[in-house]
Amino acid sequence: MSIRNSAFSAAMIALIVLLAFVPLVTNGYQLSLAINIMSYMVLATAWTLFSGPTRYVSLATVAFFGIGAYTVAVLGEELSWPLVLAIAFSIGFALSLIVGLSTLRLSGVYFVIFTFGLAELVRQLVTWYEVNVTRTLGRYIFIDVTHAQIYWQLLALAVIVFISGWLIQRSKLGLALRVIGDDEAVARHVGINTTLAKVVLFAFSASFMTLAGAIMAPRWTYIDPAIAFNPVVSFQVLIMALLGGVHRLYGPVFGVIPLVILFEVLLAKFPNHFSIMVGIAFLLIVYAIPRGIVGLVEGMQFSLHKAKGAKA
Amino acid sequence: MNLNKKLLFGLAAAAALGLSAPMLSAQDAAPKSIKIGYAISKTGPNAGGANITQIPNYQLWVQEVNAKGGLMLKQYGKRIPIEVIEYDDRSNSEEAVRAVERLIEQDKVDLLLPPWGTGINLAVGPTFNKHGYPQMTFSAVTDRAPELAKRWPNSFWFLGTSKQYIDALVDLLVKLRKEGKINDQIAMVSVADGFGIDLSKAARAGFEKAGFKLAFDKSYPVGTQDMAPVIGEAQRSKADTFVAFSYPPDTVALVEQSRLTSYAPKVMFTGVGTFFPLFPQRFGENAEGVMSLGGWSKDNKATMEYREKIRKLVNRDPDYWGSQIGYSSLQMLEQAIERVGKIDRAAIIKELQTGTFDTVIGKIKLENNMPKDAFWLLGQWQDGLYVGVAPQRPGVADLRVPKAPWKK
Repeated sequence: MSIRNSAFSAAMIALIVLLAFVPLVTNGYQLSLAINIMSYMVLATAWTLFSGPTRYVSLATVAFFGIGAYTVAVLGEELSWPLVLAIAFSIGFALSLIVGLSTLRLSGVYFVIFTFGLAELVRQLVTWYEVNVTRTLGRYIFIDVTHAQIYWQLLALAVIVFISGWLIQRSKLGLALRVIGDDEAVARHVGINTTLAKVVLFAFSASFMTLAGAIMAPRWTYIDPAIAFNPVVSFQVLIMALLGGVHRLYGPVFGVIPLVILFEVLLAKFPNHFSIMVGIAFLLIVYAIPRGIVGLVEGMQFSLHKAKGAKA
Repeated sequence: MNLNKKLLFGLAAAAALGLSAPMLSAQDAAPKSIKIGYAISKTGPNAGGANITQIPNYQLWVQEVNAKGGLMLKQYGKRIPIEVIEYDDRSNSEEAVRAVERLIEQDKVDLLLPPWGTGINLAVGPTFNKHGYPQMTFSAVTDRAPELAKRWPNSFWFLGTSKQYIDALVDLLVKLRKEGKINDQIAMVSVADGFGIDLSKAARAGFEKAGFKLAFDKSYPVGTQDMAPVIGEAQRSKADTFVAFSYPPDTVALVEQSRLTSYAPKVMFTGVGTFFPLFPQRFGENAEGVMSLGGWSKDNKATMEYREKIRKLVNRDPDYWGSQIGYSSLQMLEQAIERVGKIDRAAIIKELQTGTFDTVIGKIKLENNMPKDAFWLLGQWQDGLYVGVAPQRPGVADLRVPKAPWKK
């Protein structure tokens, strides 16, 4: 067991090192694609961190992603980069605590609708502030960060998200969350403080999303609320996580990579029919592989196992 | 002797190689096509604007150049047709950056055309700059245009800054006040989005400096449909001048509401949409006298011919602000390429910065990567045509004030 574990750790470290070399061997476009994959990887994994075990479907991803981007737009040219990232993380954390405390008592479809509304609410608040206080809507981000540096930061963030997820799963919190996911009433009856558990996890998940937004912002030069809080991001993260499978933390990886590549191919081959093609792809995913790719593979392994057992 | 022979042979061989190499490459290297790429919003909130101002221009220009056999490149001594590669940026900055990188790195395009809108043009600015492609924007208005042109010398900002439009408006209003045609009160409304905020900010400063009073100054959120309260308050404010920095749906709603309540300010200035072909279709005679940005030369044959071509291509008129400027920018690009005679992007940028060009809106020479006095900043609907009324340059139409009363 310990040999298997250390072999696994070694393989992971090798993979991370290998991924770190990506910017050195790719051209600008390929790197740009890698950045896209990495950023959705962080978002979808952070999403799964909370929504996987609790089964609360959140559409607030872009609210936090956008807040991260705005933090950079406001402070990016004035403070040092690590400080900006730390502030972005703290803002994401604080805001998600407030949001979590006030809404995680909601469940089912009410929570979905609320989180969708949250992204719009944040967007309108930022717009209101910019219109009435600063009297300028767009903000310029002139920070010299190379695309390779953005990629490495995202890679580091992805590693942190995975390690945190792994630690949480092994902790008491992880167990509590699995109970909540199965039946929240039972969880309360066995003495789990369900609200606290959900809020803490929601806050971590949201802060990682905020950090991703902060890291990505220097790529755009200019942001306004419509750019930073684009609801499409929330939906894409959701569908990527669902395609991969949300009952494993690594599940979304298997959704992000094929979908980013699929979007890219559709965009190149069908620039005039992109939306309808994506719609069809989404329908197929939801109907054909409801448990995601990881669930599909595990199911196949399971039936294979059963078949073998029957023979013997 | 032997050595000499060898030397002679070597020299001959070298000469033969040296001579034949460029000859071979000159013949072989003439490409089948010149690849021109663009990523533009075909879906999402920007699609409407991109479809009116930008995409028809791209289609028309490519069609015309290819009808001639392509772009004349002296390097190969012949015309080479244009091949277009287009992507949809889905009105998203991140998609736009990646699509432009794809065009440059994967498709290896020779030249790029710009995307639509201020935000997305700024987002792709660093990528255009890094790879040295000229970026000739004609759907971006930003007060940082002069600064951006310095930061990215390959970028051109044809529509300029919001301040230049406001300066022109203030000049007109000051003149009208001096002539006793309007009082010193202005009612201003603006949409709470990039365009409305930038222009109302510049206007607030400009009006106050010129001694006007803002009797009414409100902004409304994007998507507001009920304009009754806004028009009601403007009507009660006793201002002779009504200025709205609005988007197309609100522009229509504001004018419609004014007509319904017979609100007749002497000067009526409305925002984006006023110079769209839908405006006269919707309001007919009532469009007369309404002012906005942009404008059309009433007696320039080339611009009129351009309008006919767009009509034939897409079955509607171009807009009366950016379209003609956009097409002119493409003509400039074409002339710059043919003068340079090869796809040498640095030389093309240099030529764009320093040359003088013949376009459908007249001769254009850029100054700090922006055209100077090359087009109309403000226009007014007069006898069914949206004519230029400012700045004062040849062909300017006289401003008609007060606006005629509404016909029901």
